[in-house]
Amino acid sequence: MSAYTETTHHGPAKGWTRWILTTNHKDIGTLYLVFSLIMLFVGGSMAFVIRAELFQPGLQLVVPEFFNQMTTMHGLIMVFGAVMPAFVGLANWQVPLMIGAPDMALPRMNNLSFWILPFAFAMLISTLFMAGGAPDFGWTFYAPLSTTYAPPSVTFFIFAIHMMGISSIMGAINIIVTIFNMRAPGMKLMDMPLFVWTWLITAFLLIAVMPVLAAVVTMMLMDIHFGTSFFNAAGGGDPVLFQHVFWFFAHPEVYIMVLPAFGVVSQIVPTFARKPLFGYQSMVYATIAIAVLSFIVWAHHMFTVGMPIAGELFFMYTTMLIAVPTGVKVFNWISTMFRGSMTFETPMLFAIAFIVLFTIGGLSGLMLAIAPADFQYHDTYFVVAHFHYVLVPGSVFGIIAGVYYWLPKWCGKMYDEKLGQWHFWLSFIGVNLTFFPMHFVGLAGMPRRIPDYALQFADFNMLTSLGAFLFGTTQLLFVYIIVKTVRSGKPAEQLPWEGAQGLEWTVPTPAPYHTFSTPPVLGEK
Amino acid sequence: MRRLLHLFCLALVFIPEPLLALEFNMPRGVTDTSQSIFGLHMTIFYICLAIAIIVFGVMFWSIFHHRKSKGAKAAQFHGNVLIEIVWTIIPLIILVLIAIPSTMTLVDMYDAGESDIDIQVTGHQWKWHYKYIGEDVDFFSILNTSREEIENRKKKNPNYLLEVDNALVVPINQKIRFLFTSNDVIHAWWVPDLAIKKDAIPGFINESWTRINEPGTYRGQCAELCGKHHAFMPIEVKAVPEAEYLAWLDEQKAAKLAVAASAEKDWSMDELMAAGATVYEKNCAVCHQADGSGMPPAFPPLNGSAIVQGDKVGHIEIVVHGRLEKGMPAFGEQLSAVDIAAVITYERNSWDNQTGDIVTPAEIQAMMEKE
Repeated sequence: MSAYTETTHHGPAKGWTRWILTTNHKDIGTLYLVFSLIMLFVGGSMAFVIRAELFQPGLQLVVPEFFNQMTTMHGLIMVFGAVMPAFVGLANWQVPLMIGAPDMALPRMNNLSFWILPFAFAMLISTLFMAGGAPDFGWTFYAPLSTTYAPPSVTFFIFAIHMMGISSIMGAINIIVTIFNMRAPGMKLMDMPLFVWTWLITAFLLIAVMPVLAAVVTMMLMDIHFGTSFFNAAGGGDPVLFQHVFWFFAHPEVYIMVLPAFGVVSQIVPTFARKPLFGYQSMVYATIAIAVLSFIVWAHHMFTVGMPIAGELFFMYTTMLIAVPTGVKVFNWISTMFRGSMTFETPMLFAIAFIVLFTIGGLSGLMLAIAPADFQYHDTYFVVAHFHYVLVPGSVFGIIAGVYYWLPKWCGKMYDEKLGQWHFWLSFIGVNLTFFPMHFVGLAGMPRRIPDYALQFADFNMLTSLGAFLFGTTQLLFVYIIVKTVRSGKPAEQLPWEGAQGLEWTVPTPAPYHTFSTPPVLGEK
Repeated sequence: MRRLLHLFCLALVFIPEPLLALEFNMPRGVTDTSQSIFGLHMTIFYICLAIAIIVFGVMFWSIFHHRKSKGAKAAQFHGNVLIEIVWTIIPLIILVLIAIPSTMTLVDMYDAGESDIDIQVTGHQWKWHYKYIGEDVDFFSILNTSREEIENRKKKNPNYLLEVDNALVVPINQKIRFLFTSNDVIHAWWVPDLAIKKDAIPGFINESWTRINEPGTYRGQCAELCGKHHAFMPIEVKAVPEAEYLAWLDEQKAAKLAVAASAEKDWSMDELMAAGATVYEKNCAVCHQADGSGMPPAFPPLNGSAIVQGDKVGHIEIVVHGRLEKGMPAFGEQLSAVDIAAVITYERNSWDNQTGDIVTPAEIQAMMEKE
C-alpha cells in the first residue's frame, strides 16, 4: 500500500454542478446507480398497481386500458431504466478499479451517456399524462398493435427508445475502449477479473443489437407517420417480420441483463469461499459461447407464429444448447464453494440465492425450449414466472449483491450486517412467494397480460400479490440501509472482506476521487 | 427454515399424479397430441427436478460442511479438465435424449393434411369468428359473462370469463383442421385441453389440427395481447358425437335462412330498438360505452355525435365500412342487415339522440347490393 499516493489537490468540484459536469467514473457510476434505484421504485410501483388489480378476480382498481399501460411501462422501465443502468453504474465504478485504470477512456462521453437517460425516461413517463394514455402494447410492442392500433403517444415512446439506445451504445463503446486500452501494464485479457470479462462481452452484445432495436422502432415510426408498410400486411408488409427483428435484438438483450450479474457472482463467491474461482478459463469461454449462441435462438420466442417445421426444430435445438455453457457456469460456482471456507455475509447470501434461483429460471427455460411443450407454455404466466426468476433473483439480486460487496470500498463505511441479513431473508421469501405460484397458474392456463382472470386462478394470484407487496416493501429497507451506511456507517477496513482479491481492494478505503493515477505494478500485492 | 424447505421438496416429489394434473399443472387434455405434450412436459420436469436435486444437493452439502465457523480450511484447487469435460458432455447427452421425442411430437403436430373438417378461425378485437368451410355456416363467438359480474356487482359464475354466446361445435374422432387469421391485430387461439395455441395474424393464414377423443366442453382464451379487451375474448369448444354435430349444422343453416327471411318483413320502431339494444351491447359498447359517451380521443362518443344525428347515409356507411385506420371495424362483414338496421336505429334514438329516424333492413340491403 505504501506505493500508493493519494492526489488530494484535485478532488470533486463543490456544489450540485459537480453531478452535472462530472467526468469522474466514480461520480458517474454513482449517478447511474442512484438513477436505477429510483427507476426500480417507479417500475415497482407499477408492479404494485398490477398486483393490486390481480389480487382478486373482477375489475376493482383500474380499467383494462390503464392496466395494459402499467404492464408495458413496468417492463420498459425495469429493463431499460433499472437493470441496464445499474450494471453500467457497477461497470463505471468497478471496471477502472479492477483493471488499474485512472478513469474510463472517454470521460466526457461517459457524462453524456448518463445524462441522456433522465431525459429519455422523463419523456417515456410523461406519456402517462398524454391524451390516449401511455403505450399499452406490452414491452414487446408487437405490430400492428403498436403501429396502426397504437395510442398517439407511441411516437414519444419511439423517440425515448432511440435515446436509451444511444446512451447504451456510448456506454458500451466506452467500456470496450477502456478495457482494451487502459489495463494496468502486464494485465493480459486472461488475467482480467470475471466481472470485467462479462462486461466486455456484454458491451459487444450491446453494440451489436441496440442498432437493431433502433431499426425496428424506426420502421414503426415510418409505418405510423410516413405511409410505409413494413409491418402492415394490407400494404404488402409482414407483422411477423416485426417479431423477428425485435427478438433478434431482445434475445441478446436478456443476456445483456444477466451476463454482468454472472460477473458479480464470480467475484463474490471466491471471496467468501476463500478459494480461487473454479475453472476461470471455462467461465470465460462459457460466457463467450452464451453470447454467440444468443444470436441464433431468437425465434424460440415465436414458436406459435406458424414457422415452418425446419425453423421450429433449428431454434429448439440451438436454444437447448445454451443449457450447456450455462450449466458449466453453475457447476463452476458450486465447485468454487466446494471445500472452501465459507462465511455468509449479505453479499454471499444474495450470490447464493442468485445461483439457486437463477438455476430454477434456467431449468424452466429448458422446458420452454421444447417447442411442442411451448405451445402450452407460450404467453402464459409460466413464461412470466420464468423470466422473472432470471431477472429478479437473477439480475437484480446480482446487482444488490454487488452493491453490498463494494459499498464499503465506495463510501468507506460498513453497512449494518444485521439489517443486510433481514433485507436478504425478506427479499428471498418475497421473491419466491411472488414468482413461484406463477408457474402453477401458467401451467393451469392463465394467459399473461390480462387484468382479470377465471376463478380457478384466484388463490395463487392472491398469494403472488401478497408476495409482491412483501418484496416491494422490503426494498425500502435496502434504501434505508444504504442511506444509513453512507451517513453513519462504521468506518470500513482497508480490506473489508477477508478473502477478497483484486486491484480494487488495493486502493485506500474509501476509494479516493482519483485512483491509479500511476498504474499499479502487477504481482506486488 | 431448512427443514421446511426439505419437507417442501419432498412433498413436491411425492405428490400423486392425479393431484399434479389438477389446478397447478398442465392439463392432460383430450387429444393424443395434448397427451404426448403432457408426457414431454412431465419428462422434462422430472429431469429438471433431478438436476436441481443433484446440483443444489452438492451446493448445500458444501454450505453445511465447508463453512469457516466449522473450522473448514479452504483448498486451493481451481480447475480440473476431466470433470469439466464430463459436465459438458453429460448435459449434451441429456439434451439429445429430450430432443428426440420432442421432434417426433412436433413432426406429428405439423401434419395437418387430409382433414375431415376445415374451420376458419378469424380473430377480431375482441371476438372470434368461426367459418365452417364448405358448409355455409359461420358466426361470431363473443364473451357471455355479464358486466355486473366483471364489475363485482353480482356473484361470479363458475365459468366466469370463459363462456361465450355461440360455442364452436365440433364432432369427436374426426380430424379437424383450423385455419387461423386475423382481421386487425395479432391474436392467439388457445385451448389447453386440445394443446393448440396458434397466432392469428392479419394477412397470414396459419394452420393446426386436432382430433378430439372425448365429448365435452373445452375452454380457452386469447393468448396474445390484442388491446384493451384481450382478457375478454374466450374460446369455448363443444365436442359432440357426429350425429349431434350434423343436427347442429342443419339447425345453423335453418337459422341463417330465418335471419335472411326476417330482413324482408316490416320492422316496427319498437322491434328495431329492442334488437338494436342487444346488438349495441355486444358489439359497440366495448368502445363507445353503454351510455354512448365513448372514450375520447381513441373512441369518439356517439351521444350527441354529428354523424349519428346527421344524414342517415353517412351513419350507415361508417357502420358498414368502418374506419379501419382508426380501429372501427367494418360491421357490414360481421353483422346481418337486420342487426345493422337495428343498431343504427338504436343509436339514432337513444340518449340525447332523438332523431326519430327508422332505418330498415331493406334500406341496408339495398345499399349493400348497390356496391
